[in-house]
Amino acid sequence: MDEIKPTKVVDARRSFCPGPLMEMIKAYKNSKVGDVISVYSSDTGTKKDAPEWIKKSGNELVGVFDRNGYFEIVMRKTK
Amino acid sequence: MVEKISIILFSGAMDKLMAGAIIASGAVANGLDVNIFTTFWSLLQFKKSGAPKPTLSPDAGNMADLVMKTMKEKKVPSWLDTLKQISEIGNVTIYGCAMFADLMGIKKEDLDPIVKDVIGVSQFVDMSKDAKMTLFL
Repeated sequence: MDEIKPTKVVDARRSFCPGPLMEMIKAYKNSKVGDVISVYSSDTGTKKDAPEWIKKSGNELVGVFDRNGYFEIVMRKTK
Repeated sequence: MVEKISIILFSGAMDKLMAGAIIASGAVANGLDVNIFTTFWSLLQFKKSGAPKPTLSPDAGNMADLVMKTMKEKKVPSWLDTLKQISEIGNVTIYGCAMFADLMGIKKEDLDPIVKDVIGVSQFVDMSKDAKMTLFL
């Protein structure tokens, strides 16, 4: 993980479902193919919804990482 | 053809408006277009000025004050802000109900600009007849 540098970081901590997911989609729409988007969230709905959305939309889920008090979802835009 | 859903907002209760905005977000996340028809008590909440003070639905019972306070403390975005946010991401179109607007003397200009048009029920039902789902809140 540490070697992958996100192109964009979306800090959606303290935002509630579906806020972080919507912020991620917004960042995705404003990104180029190949960009890596990292989303910080403390909302449990997002932990399930966001990886699901990434896979369903045909993009790459780099990973979901537990951080201190929040988690980080990393995706790569592939289409 | 892009798939779509319809949401009819009837209640002006803040929790129901919030549920509508959140379901609309879920639809946008799934690439669906969303058409929203606001009528009766919900339409009043779209007024730029003179909207009734937002309250929770009776279901909240004696939890109402606590929920309102918690939402304020945790800075939960308002249902209107949520609708504005998702309008920038997907195709979300909000229509005011002509019948109730006429009845109460409400003009399109009196409503938040997020309301695109004031239309009749027939037009809304027509755009909903091939929707994947239609909700009445």
